[in-house]
Amino acid sequence: MSEAISTEGLVKAFGQTRALDGLDLTVHTGEVHGFLGPNGAGKTTTIRILLGMTRADEGKAQLLGGDPWSDATDLHRRLAYVPGDVTLWPNLTGGEAIDLLGRMRGGLDKARKAALLERFDLDPRKKARTYSKGNRQKVALIAALASDVELLLLDEPTSGLDPLMEDVFRQVVQEESDREGRTVLLSSHILSEVEALCDRVTIIRAGRAAETGTLSELRHLTRTSVQAELLGSPDGLADLKGVHDFHLQDGQVHFAVDADALNPVLRRLAEVGVQSLVCQPPTLEELFLRLYEPEGSR
Amino acid sequence: MKTLAGTGGLIRLILRRDRVILPIWIVLLCLIPISYVNTFADLYPTAESRQQYADNAGFITLYGQLSGTSLGEFITWRVGFVPVIVGLISLLTVIRHTRVEEETGRSELLGSSVVGRHAGLAAALVTTFGANLLLAVLLALGMQSQDLPLAGSVALGLEFVCCGWVFAAVGAVAAQLTASAGTARGIAIGALGVSYLFRAAGDTSAHSDGGLAWLSWLSPIGWAQRIQPYGGNRWWLVLLAFALTAALIAAAAFLSVRRDVGSGLLPARLGPAEGAPSLRTPLALAWRLHRGLLAGWIAGFALLGVLFGGVAEGVGEMIQDDQDVQEIFARLGGSSGLIDSYFAGVMTIVGLIASAYAVQAALRLRAEETSGRAEPVLATATGRWQWAGSHLVFALLGPAVTLLVAGFAAGLTYGVAVGEVGRQVPRLLAASLVQLPAVWVLAAIAIALFGLLPRASAVAWAGPAVCLLIGLVGAGANLAGWVQDVSPFSHLPHLPGGSTTATPLIILVVIAAAVGLAGLAGLRRRDLPTS
Repeated sequence: MSEAISTEGLVKAFGQTRALDGLDLTVHTGEVHGFLGPNGAGKTTTIRILLGMTRADEGKAQLLGGDPWSDATDLHRRLAYVPGDVTLWPNLTGGEAIDLLGRMRGGLDKARKAALLERFDLDPRKKARTYSKGNRQKVALIAALASDVELLLLDEPTSGLDPLMEDVFRQVVQEESDREGRTVLLSSHILSEVEALCDRVTIIRAGRAAETGTLSELRHLTRTSVQAELLGSPDGLADLKGVHDFHLQDGQVHFAVDADALNPVLRRLAEVGVQSLVCQPPTLEELFLRLYEPEGSR
Repeated sequence: MKTLAGTGGLIRLILRRDRVILPIWIVLLCLIPISYVNTFADLYPTAESRQQYADNAGFITLYGQLSGTSLGEFITWRVGFVPVIVGLISLLTVIRHTRVEEETGRSELLGSSVVGRHAGLAAALVTTFGANLLLAVLLALGMQSQDLPLAGSVALGLEFVCCGWVFAAVGAVAAQLTASAGTARGIAIGALGVSYLFRAAGDTSAHSDGGLAWLSWLSPIGWAQRIQPYGGNRWWLVLLAFALTAALIAAAAFLSVRRDVGSGLLPARLGPAEGAPSLRTPLALAWRLHRGLLAGWIAGFALLGVLFGGVAEGVGEMIQDDQDVQEIFARLGGSSGLIDSYFAGVMTIVGLIASAYAVQAALRLRAEETSGRAEPVLATATGRWQWAGSHLVFALLGPAVTLLVAGFAAGLTYGVAVGEVGRQVPRLLAASLVQLPAVWVLAAIAIALFGLLPRASAVAWAGPAVCLLIGLVGAGANLAGWVQDVSPFSHLPHLPGGSTTATPLIILVVIAAAVGLAGLAGLRRRDLPTS
C-alpha cells in the first residue's frame, strides 16, 4: 500500500515553544485517517507544514510523493484543504468564493457543487461578510469537496457546524472514502466523529504521535471494564496480573482489565462462578483520557 | 446613563492598545510648529519677506492665506497643512476603535459583558478628543516657550483641536454607515478631502477675483484657519467647530441605535450565486479586492489635477495684473518659469500622495495574510509569487494610472484656460509620470518589509511620511544635503521646465527593483503566519 502522507521526526519551534517535537505520521492512500489531539497539540502546525505554508525545522515530510515545501504549487493541484477557522473576502458572495477557490485549484464539478449546496443548506448569494462561522466553513467544505482531488486535508472542519450539518458532513466524507483512491486526513478533537469515519487514527500529544493504528488496534491498548455478580468469594481476583481499580460493592465486583490479561481473568471468574457479567469495550474517549493523563499517574 | 456603562474600561483598553502610536503622533505633530519658530524667524526676519514668501498661489492652495505678518501668524500659516493631518489621524483613530472592532467581531465579545450600547463610540471619541487636547496643551506651552504670546499659542492649539474634534466626529458618523471599516474610512477621508478642497478653492479664489471665496466657509478646516491665532484670535470660531462636533456626535449616536451590532445602516444585498467565468485566477481576485480602492484614488487624483491645473491659471493672471511681479519673474526666467516651478512643486505633492496609495495597495498583501484569507488561496495551485504579484500589479501600476489621470486633468484644465491644450497636456503628463520611479521605491520598501520583516510591514508608512516631512521642512529649514537625499523625490528632475536626465530615473527604478525582489525572495523563504 502506497503512502499519501509520511512524516518522520518533524520538529517545529516557535520561539521557546516546540509545537512539533519529532512527529511521525503515516497516512496510506485511500484511507480516512483521524488526526486526534487537543487544542495546541500541533495538529494545525503539521497540516501547515504539509501545505508548504510553514517549513519544518527538522525531519522529513512527503506528500503525494513530493516535497510539500518545494513542490507546493504542483501538489496543491491534487489536494484540497479546509482550515479550521475560515475567513473569506467580505465583498465576495459564498458562491463566488466557492467557484474561485475551486477554479484556482484546477476546476470543480458543477453538479457535485449544486448537490453539496443543497445538502449543506447554504445560500450562495449572500456576501461572505454576513456569514456565520459555520456558513464560512460550509463554503470552504463545499469548495474542497466539489473538487476532484486525491487528498483532502480537513483541519477541524466541523468546529462551527451544528449537529445536523455535522451529520451531513459525516455522510459526505463517508461517500468520499468509498470513491477510489481518495485519501482524507481529518484533524479533530471530536472522538465520535473520528470513531465514525476513520480507518486509522494517530493521536498526537505535545507535538509527538502518542499512538497510531487502526481503531481496533488502539482499543487493544486499553482496558475492558468488567462488572460481575459472583457466586463464590472474590478472593485473589484483585491480585491477578492486569487487573486494576478493583472494588467490591453490594456483592458486585467492578474492575478494569488490560486487553492481554483478559483470558486468565475470565478463567478465574468461571472458577468462582458468575451470576451476572457485564463487559464493556473501551471507548476512544477512555483511551484519549488515559493518554492525556499527566505522566506518572498512568 | 446605562448606555455608557463600561466606557472607562474601554478607554483604558484603547490607551493600552495605542500606548505607542498615540504619544508618537501627539509629540511629532506638536514638534513641527515649535521647531519652525527659530528657523523661520531667521530665514524670514521682515514682514515684507514673509508676505512675499506667502504670496504664492501654490502655497495658498496648500496652507491657506497669511492673516498677518507677525512671526506667530507666519508660523501658523506655514503649518497650515498640519491640522488636516490632525483631522486625518483623529478620524482614523475613531474608526479603528469602533467599526474595525465591530468588523473583526471583537466588540461582540466586549458587548456581551457589562458594556453599554454607546460605550464603544464614547470611549473612542473621549480618547481621541483627549489626545487632541493634550496635543494642544503641549503645543501652546511649546510655542509660548519660544517667546510667542500665550493667547495666540492657545488659539493655535485650539485650531488643531477644532480639526481633530470635527473629523473625529465625522469618523464616528462614517463608522455607523457601513459594515466595512474600509468603506467607513473612505467616506470619512472623502469628507476631509472635500473640506480641504473647499478651503483650498475658496482661499485661491480670494487671492484672485474673490468670486468663490465663500467656499472656505463651508469647510471646518477653513473655520479653524480663520481663528487667526496670534492675530484676530477669533474664539467664536472655536465654538462653531465645537457645535458642529456636538451635532455630528449626536448624529452618530442617533444612527448607532438604529442598527444592529456589526451591521451598517445600508442593508447587505444578495449577490451572484456563481462566480463570473473570469473569476478564476489570483489576478481576478485581486481586481475584485482592489478595484474600489483604485476607482476612489483615480477620482481623487482627477480632482487634484483639476484643482492644481485650475489654480495655475490664477498664478498666471496674478502675474499679468501686477507689473512689479511680472518684472521680477521676467528676470527670474519669465512668467512661464514661475508657473513651471509651481507645477513642479505640486507634482511632487501628487507623487507623494501616489506613494501613499502604492504603500496601501502593497500592504494589502499583509492584510490578506494576517486575516487568514491568503491561506485558502495559497493552498490551491497558486504559488507565492503569483499571489503576491497579483496584488503588486495594483501597487505598481495603480499609482501609474492615478499619476496619469492627475497629469492629464491638470494639463487639460490649465491647457483649456490658456488655450494650449496640445502643449500643456504632454508637458504635465511628463511632470506627473516622472514621479513614478520615486513612488516605486517606496512601494518596493513596503514589499521588502512584507517579505523580510512581515511583522514590521506597517513601518512602510514611514516612507511617505518621511518624504512628506522632508518635503515640508526641507523647503524652509536648512536641512543637510544628505537628509534631503534620503527622499527619492529629491532626485527627480524638476518638470515641467527643468532638464530631464534619464540617469536618476534609471537608478531609482533599479533600486526599486532590487529592494522589491529582495522582499519577494524573502516571501518565498519565510513561514506564513497562522491567522
